[in-house]
Amino acid sequence: MRLRAKRACGSAKLYGYDCFTCRMVAMIDLDFCSAEEILPVRRTLQRELLAHSGLQDIRLAVLGGSTTQQMVNVLELLLLSNGFRPTIYQSEYGRFYEDAVHDSHALVEFKPDVVYVHTSCLNVRSKPPLNCTEDELPGYVEAELSRFREMWDSLDRELACQVIQNNFEMPAAAILGNLDAVVAGGESRFLMELNLAFAREVGRRPKLMIQDVHGLSARMGLDHWFDWERYFSYKVLLTPQANLELARSLNSMVRAIYGKSRKALVLDLDNTIWGGVIGDDGVDKIQIGRETPEAEAYTAFQEYCLALHGRGILLAVCSKNNEEIAKSGFEHPDSVLKLEHISCFKANWEPKHENIAAIAKELNLGVDSFVFADDNPAERAIVNAQIAGIAVPEIGKEVTRYAGIIQAGRYFEPVRLSKEDFERTAQYRDNTQRMAQLSKFANYGEYLDSLEMVAEIDDFKPVYMDRIAQLTNKTNQFNLTTRRYTLAELESAVKDKGCIGIYGKLSDRFGDNGLISVVLGYREQEDLRIDLWLMSCRVLKRDMEVAMLDALAQRALRAGLRSLKGVYLPTAKNGLVAEHYKKLGFEPDVVAQGCPEGSTAWQLSLNGYAQQNSHIKILESTNA
Amino acid sequence: MPDVSPDDVLEQLQPIFEEVLDQPELRVTRDSNASNTENWDSLAHIDLMEMVQQRFKVKFALGELQDLKDVGDLVDMIVKKMNKA
Repeated sequence: MRLRAKRACGSAKLYGYDCFTCRMVAMIDLDFCSAEEILPVRRTLQRELLAHSGLQDIRLAVLGGSTTQQMVNVLELLLLSNGFRPTIYQSEYGRFYEDAVHDSHALVEFKPDVVYVHTSCLNVRSKPPLNCTEDELPGYVEAELSRFREMWDSLDRELACQVIQNNFEMPAAAILGNLDAVVAGGESRFLMELNLAFAREVGRRPKLMIQDVHGLSARMGLDHWFDWERYFSYKVLLTPQANLELARSLNSMVRAIYGKSRKALVLDLDNTIWGGVIGDDGVDKIQIGRETPEAEAYTAFQEYCLALHGRGILLAVCSKNNEEIAKSGFEHPDSVLKLEHISCFKANWEPKHENIAAIAKELNLGVDSFVFADDNPAERAIVNAQIAGIAVPEIGKEVTRYAGIIQAGRYFEPVRLSKEDFERTAQYRDNTQRMAQLSKFANYGEYLDSLEMVAEIDDFKPVYMDRIAQLTNKTNQFNLTTRRYTLAELESAVKDKGCIGIYGKLSDRFGDNGLISVVLGYREQEDLRIDLWLMSCRVLKRDMEVAMLDALAQRALRAGLRSLKGVYLPTAKNGLVAEHYKKLGFEPDVVAQGCPEGSTAWQLSLNGYAQQNSHIKILESTNA
Repeated sequence: MPDVSPDDVLEQLQPIFEEVLDQPELRVTRDSNASNTENWDSLAHIDLMEMVQQRFKVKFALGELQDLKDVGDLVDMIVKKMNKA
């Protein structure tokens, strides 16, 4: 994201030189600029960013093994520029363990949404001696791990919130040289074992996330990572640039927790995914394959895009080209990317920002989930200026650098990988096939029946909580209230006896859509107040919401309730469901109180409720 | 290159202090120090020293930082380092 920080600048004249601050602030891209560019304008930027409206509050506790203030300062800017208004708690210097385990009162009082435990290799206590044997080494790893386990247990018990813990960088001095990474007494070896042990903990702790400081510091180089002068002077262990990279990594994790990771990569074609101009040079002459260094480099970039596709990132094409000629590029025998990998293809002569808006519409995604890659700086500039929220990394025109630059933007950070991530791109493709089916039927009901849909609708189950939290945080369009729940909040909600939370999974003859709908309500006297009702857009117009209503009504009746009450809270993205309750037969709730302006309140009497769904077969509930 | 003067340096410190201490109205003088200047706490000090070294392209040694009593000392040290270079 690029920001322009304005500052009334009388100082240029006043101090007799071209104002330092003003020169530096002109245009700053927080995703890519250096620490040197940010520091001089941090306060100014912070003021500007705080003035934005619609920021989402987030409470973050930072427990540090060294001085974390500088990292926190830049993190605050990054979070602000990503739509968060952070309130940050910091432990006293070096008291990360004590704050978490023995003296958590202030921390509990603070009520963090996310805790970040920042430790370094200097905070490791139980290093093995040089003469440590292979048999003894696991004991040292276990001793250190148990200290951290104790801390994570305590945080989970006291706060039950998301915890981000970094793993360890390699030691500044590898005393044993190359052997340091080999023998049981080597510090590098020990830290690698510890990092592995941390990774294995994540499977057992759903609320623990590991920040890969090992990888981060390796990319920067340890010599640019540690700042010994500042460590001895102020106990700031990292260089300003390392602190910035650390904050960027953390920012991307927070974005991911809140479902703000991006979902699609929009690609230009000529000189972006192949060398040359296909309309001029012809498909035979474009650079792709293994024949020349340039062709190899474009092939490598296509492989990067395909890898993103493989982990669930949608690919789209937006190119100024003749459509037929543009598509022929994907039939080149050496093209790694095939048309089947492209979820939406726009090749024409319309302005790119208009095509991108059309792509967003077709994919049912917001443009703020898009990343746009184009070698042409003019196209990047217009897309960046015309489309709010899209990410447009300055990829330059060197194909060898495209992937690295896109990757450095940390746009696609996942919290964890779910089955849905691997299957998503196939699901979008299945949708296209379903569209083709549609035209053959006399009426819509007949089409729905032909899909042979089967749904599993049931009370929340532990095995699905991750996915339920993920869906709750990233669904923007079919979402009546857009209320976000963290995993921890959902878990505590289901423990509430007056709470009814159900999920829905839907499969059909073309494939399994996975868990795609969530409804959550609370008992209030004789009513069920619906707090969440959301659904993935890939199952729009399939009557799934009707089936969910049946299941909800059934549970409410069983609990002795008399009516369902719901509100629609409009946002920029959920216009789609303005009529949701009306379509389901709800009446306007005229006595509802405390509804924000623009919202509508609805109620449905359960007296004599009759099941409405007729197109989806419902699997027998397993835990009802 | 003509030698840089203490007045030049002081003038160039002004916007750095304004920004880091978040005090647009601040006037930095040779007598300014952490106890008579608002917001100049130990954490702001870290940022100040970082930016001063960046701005004047000088590097302070560990011992030198301890000897600084006020902005006057800082200015003199910067001048000395710049004119030596």
